[in-house]
Amino acid sequence: MKNSLNREVPFNPYQGIRTLEPRTFEVTKNVISGNKYRESLAELIKELNIKDGDALSFHHHLRNGDYVLNMVMEEVAKLGVKNLKVIASSLFAIHKPLVELFESGIVTEVYAAYMTGPVAKAISEGQLKGMCMLHSHGYRATMIQTGEVTVDFAFIASPACSMSGNVSGSEGPSNCGVLGYAIADAQYAKKVIAVTDYIVEPKDVEIKAEWVDYVVKVDKIGDPKGIVSGTTQITRDPVGLKIAKMTLELMKGSGLLKDGFSFQTGAGGISLAVAKDVFEYCKKEQVKGSFASGGTTSYLVNMLEAGIFEFIYDVQCFELDAVASISRNKNHKKMSAAQYADIYNPDNIVNRLDFVILGATEMDTDFNVNVTTGTDGVIMGGSGGHSDTAAGAKMAIIVSKLVSSRISVLTDKVTTITTTGETVDALVTDRGIAIHPRHQALIDHLKATTKLPIVDIHDLYQMALKLTGIPERVEHEQRVVALSQYRDGTLLDCVYQIKPE
Amino acid sequence: MLRRTSLFIPGNNPAMLLSANILGADSVIFDLEDAVALNQKDSARMLVKKAITTFDFSGIEVLVRINPVSSPFWKDDLREIIEAEPDGLVIPKATKEDVIAIEALIEELEEKYNVSKKVSFLLIAESAYGVEMIAETLGCSKRITGVLLGAEDLTADMEVVRRVDGEEIDYARKRVVMACKAFRVQAMDTPYTDVDNFDGLLADTEKAKALGYTAKAVINPRQIDYVHQVFAPTHDEIDYALAILQEKERAFTEGIGVFSYQGKMVDQPIILRAEKIVAMARKLGLIT
Repeated sequence: MKNSLNREVPFNPYQGIRTLEPRTFEVTKNVISGNKYRESLAELIKELNIKDGDALSFHHHLRNGDYVLNMVMEEVAKLGVKNLKVIASSLFAIHKPLVELFESGIVTEVYAAYMTGPVAKAISEGQLKGMCMLHSHGYRATMIQTGEVTVDFAFIASPACSMSGNVSGSEGPSNCGVLGYAIADAQYAKKVIAVTDYIVEPKDVEIKAEWVDYVVKVDKIGDPKGIVSGTTQITRDPVGLKIAKMTLELMKGSGLLKDGFSFQTGAGGISLAVAKDVFEYCKKEQVKGSFASGGTTSYLVNMLEAGIFEFIYDVQCFELDAVASISRNKNHKKMSAAQYADIYNPDNIVNRLDFVILGATEMDTDFNVNVTTGTDGVIMGGSGGHSDTAAGAKMAIIVSKLVSSRISVLTDKVTTITTTGETVDALVTDRGIAIHPRHQALIDHLKATTKLPIVDIHDLYQMALKLTGIPERVEHEQRVVALSQYRDGTLLDCVYQIKPE
Repeated sequence: MLRRTSLFIPGNNPAMLLSANILGADSVIFDLEDAVALNQKDSARMLVKKAITTFDFSGIEVLVRINPVSSPFWKDDLREIIEAEPDGLVIPKATKEDVIAIEALIEELEEKYNVSKKVSFLLIAESAYGVEMIAETLGCSKRITGVLLGAEDLTADMEVVRRVDGEEIDYARKRVVMACKAFRVQAMDTPYTDVDNFDGLLADTEKAKALGYTAKAVINPRQIDYVHQVFAPTHDEIDYALAILQEKERAFTEGIGVFSYQGKMVDQPIILRAEKIVAMARKLGLIT
């Protein structure tokens, strides 16, 4: 069947942006009594009675430094169970051992908001026997809260944990700052296992003991240095810096960059350059924002500490400086994924955003964005908070070079729709800015009041084609290996198995 | 054409060639000389020619720095590049003899390729001899539109080290700018090589501007805005110039030949300067 974006999907097609009735969700866990503490992860795994088809969840706050998923799955693999679901908030290169469990049929389904490295490659190649669901950070919380997906066992890497199961992300040797993506798992999983390397009564409890069934101590839950995975440095590329400057001018021209504004940016090089330019502008013009949110970098922390923002609402830390800030800045607030972006929560943070600055691997002339697959069809990312923030923010701005390494960001049809064009407001490239045509008044205003190169997205696309020629489409197999979900659970697109090299 | 900055771009770097027209410089110099290794001269020539003939560089000036006449490469550079019709050539270590030799070959090539556009010359004064003889060199071709002072090679030739305050090139700066003013061509200042020191860049550009330079070569795109900032007229300069021109109009209407403003006599050079400032401000969009 086709969805409203004209993409073939197997069920539950996306039908456009919906306003859902607000819903609240109650945590109805029984208070667990008795001794929860276990000395051995291996023994605990045997004790849990994990069965064929069960769903095991993990968070990714230690990002590429996470040891917990691998150590748990290594023990689970010894049980002889099959057809497990792994519900990981994200997967990184460090999770390569999971690929062997695809081959042996121990793991046959995967849910994630983002994946990169060998696991993503293996799924693209069709090594996972079942389906991979690629959703947003917000929908992960939603689907667990609503029961659309049941988590049988939530294994929570816990930087600091008491014997009774009070957990904090911002203490201990494996301090990762915040555990925003693990909260829904802890609240709604049938069994919750806190895996820790630091037993202590934490000061800032994020996961309450009453939600936790077991506490198990291991030597090390991860390497915090692995948190700094991906780009967290401002680009030095002059083209990227030019895009950042243009973005600041667009933000100024929109009229929203004023006292009380709110802002989120990713950790990409251009996005961080925008953050820096916004910082300098606010300092010079004495503009004071209300909050910055999202994955946190040192650049947002600098802005908080300089008084540019009153608060940071933080769902995950991208850098160790951001981790450290949580302990020293009382206005650096932790939040859960549901507080961040659950579609049923009308007060979620993404709905309160004025600006979000996002990247794109591909974008089409309908403003649909792909950050899930490369142009070769291989999974190399995923929504993360992309589709959540684009939908929530007043102005969702995509920043990208028009042509990079001879490949145009603009195409007639993106390989995979991650974020629907109905939620994207502008594309800023080095050769022009395209504003979504539904904002004709803004287009007219910007043309009249600024020197910004505002162009129709089709003209921008033609500019790119002049430089690159018309690229050939990469062919794929017919088998669907992953489904791209919108934040209401409907299906935006299919990811197809790649052809062998 | 307005030329406050000329940005050097290595001729063998396709990505930078592609981005040349979006970085904000008034002109770009595709470099076939120092930025290109000896074994890449051929490919750089072909790449630069292809870039000029393929991409749309409208709105900026495209110059090509050829190899010096003392090298074995300059004739091949011209044979490849002239057909592409760049706006101009940048001639390193320029002397009168070099310029004459280059122009002679160019005239042959222009005829051969039926090129109607006369390529201009931006000379680099970067040897003690080149600086001392600059006035004589300027007089030898009508194609010359400016002189770029090349301080790195010059100080090497002078056997002195570069200094932060630029004292060692003070004489050369003054000699070059005076010759340029005499021949009504542009004086372009030497690049500032510490690409992360923007305060230093501003100070160095201010110093050059004070001597009469109207442009500065840049080696990193991040330097462009700083240089443009210096060469843009200030609000005070614009206000003063507008007031002078207004007074001039009033004096003309009233039939007064000579007038004063703020207690000072206004003569023709002041009026000409005011007109230049207002024209520049209009060009930069600072006034309508």
